[in-house]
Amino acid sequence: MNEGIALSTESLVKSYELDGQKFNAVNGISLAVTAGEFVGLVGPSGSGKTTLLAMLSALLTPTTGKVIIDGSNLSDMSDKQRVEFRRKRVGFTFQANNLIPYLTALENVELMLRLNGELNAAGRARSRDLLARLGLSDRLHNLPSQMSGGQQQRVAIARALIHNPAVVLADEPTASLDTERAHQVVETFAQLIHEHKRAGVIVTHDLRMITYTDRVIQMRDGDVARIYTSREEIKELAASGPG
Amino acid sequence: MQVFLTPLYLAQMEVLRNKVRFFLISLLIALITLLVLFIAALAEGLGGGNREYISKLDADLLVYKADSDLLIAASRLPRSVMNQVRRVTGVRAVGPIAVSNGAIDNPLETPDADPLRVALLGVEAGLPGAPPIISGSPFSTNRAPEAVVERRVIQRLGIKVGDRISIRTNQGSGDETFELLVVGLSDGEQYGLQPVVFLPVLTWDRVRSKTGPNSPLNLNLIAVQLENPKDLAAMKALIPTQVKDVEMAGIREAYEALPGYKEQQSTLDTQRFFTLIIGVLVIGGFFQIQALQKVPQVGMLKAIGAANWMVAVAAIAQIILVTVIGVLLGGGATLLLATTLPPGIPIVFTGQAAVAAIVSLLFIGPIGGAISIRYAARIEPLKALGMSS
Ligand SMILES: Nc1ncnc2c1ncn2[C@@H]1O[C@H](COP(=O)(O)OP(=O)(O)O)[C@@H](O)[C@H]1O
Ligand SMILES: [Mg+2]
Repeated sequence: MNEGIALSTESLVKSYELDGQKFNAVNGISLAVTAGEFVGLVGPSGSGKTTLLAMLSALLTPTTGKVIIDGSNLSDMSDKQRVEFRRKRVGFTFQANNLIPYLTALENVELMLRLNGELNAAGRARSRDLLARLGLSDRLHNLPSQMSGGQQQRVAIARALIHNPAVVLADEPTASLDTERAHQVVETFAQLIHEHKRAGVIVTHDLRMITYTDRVIQMRDGDVARIYTSREEIKELAASGPG
Repeated sequence: MQVFLTPLYLAQMEVLRNKVRFFLISLLIALITLLVLFIAALAEGLGGGNREYISKLDADLLVYKADSDLLIAASRLPRSVMNQVRRVTGVRAVGPIAVSNGAIDNPLETPDADPLRVALLGVEAGLPGAPPIISGSPFSTNRAPEAVVERRVIQRLGIKVGDRISIRTNQGSGDETFELLVVGLSDGEQYGLQPVVFLPVLTWDRVRSKTGPNSPLNLNLIAVQLENPKDLAAMKALIPTQVKDVEMAGIREAYEALPGYKEQQSTLDTQRFFTLIIGVLVIGGFFQIQALQKVPQVGMLKAIGAANWMVAVAAIAQIILVTVIGVLLGGGATLLLATTLPPGIPIVFTGQAAVAAIVSLLFIGPIGGAISIRYAARIEPLKALGMSS
């Protein structure tokens, strides 16, 4: 295993049966993400991005292949261990319904520490600082219903990072945001991934957002269609439009 | 520790930030509590009003006339039967019970001071059938113009031991009034939902309502005390073989055979049961709708690492909280209302009945919410990604 690799997959396959026909939503994907690297996952709708993300986060069991995070093989874990693994080692942001509606911004972030039994004075202070870092110091005590979509996404980002997870996974975090807010959110996200040295994976169908990533994996029909690694290639792809 | 408290924290925060919604459901439970407690009290009041004298009898068995179907009004026994029953081996004591009714002229000089309708029971001092005297004294003789009254009579008429009362009964051609001296006071004794006035059995025969031509004294029941109450079943079978033309009943059997008693109690039990069922459905509906609305949120919570038990515990905690608050509110409201009830209404709160009702009420929350708890515990974390397995 390579030094610094936080997340890797080996020949990951997820098969579904559709009208008696077996097909692979994810068709043998191998990849590796190092700590501090921000990877973009792009591709047309139905290409298998969310399915892959679900397997990376131990929410979905692969048909074959392996997911290894922090040296642990997710397939070797019991269901209970996988829940604990998600709680401790994974940070999440979702397309929608990211936050608990009856908790304030600060409480939503602190909840992640609470779930891990780690909420103390230092954790509270870190939660505030992280939210401040995301430009939300005046929103700490607002409920999600009192915040904009972009602000809610930023709270979710804080929650995804606060407990020092190995990997941070984001599924279409900009889907409901206008362009300007989307750029702000993903840019800050990228900065924090780099600073905190997390392995970050962002799923997006908006190609402009990948300017902030270090590498882009383009999927098509469950396969990796192409990998963009150089800044030039990524810039060019990002310039090709909203996707 | 913090991990185990997290579900309680979530449950509490949700309630605190949605106070009105949760308060309304508690209010519904409070109303159901009020209803259930009142129905229980009504069952107790009506049941007690019918049953009280019989159930408090210091006797093991009651003797009826054969084929009376345990209807006290239909049972007529000559006094001589008492001696026959007393002679049966195993019988310790017997006493007469004769039943009629009348009214006491109300000495209060207010316009709404109606005569008090009472049950007139003829008994013999010191024998089974006579009530325990809590103040004053028992009858001096079997034909003395005396009465022992129960406490309600004292309360309603504002009289005391040593006063005279006028008892009015129907004597065929019209009402007649009999003056009696109140010599004693008994504890609560009702019969046929009426307060009881006890008379010496021969005085009773003079005072009782007579619609037809003057008939000889007949008792309605004979109260029997046994040497050994354990022989109840054997004695119940034995007495009719030695005394002609009688049938027997135990105390419980006797009051359950009172006209309408069982029907009344089962009607009220049914009402109480359905009120509880309504409670179960109301709570079940409320929490199920809430569980359906919370699917995305619960999916997300599980995706970020909340275990199923946390979600279930949070749901149970909320249901218990809402139910307990509702039952407390309802119990409090019942207490307040109970103190404002006018006397004479057959609603009686007994500790035992109230505790039983409250325990059953505390169960309606968890039973009603069970489906929603199970539902919430089964929500898949994949829902957070808009997927399902
Ligand atoms: N539970 C499932 N059962 C059957 N097919 C599924 C299931 N989940 C996803 N798929 C299919 O797998 C493919 C990939 O889906 P998905 O990963 O959601 O794509 P993307 O996120 O790239 O839009 C799609 O064709 C989708 O219809
Ligand atoms: Mg998708």
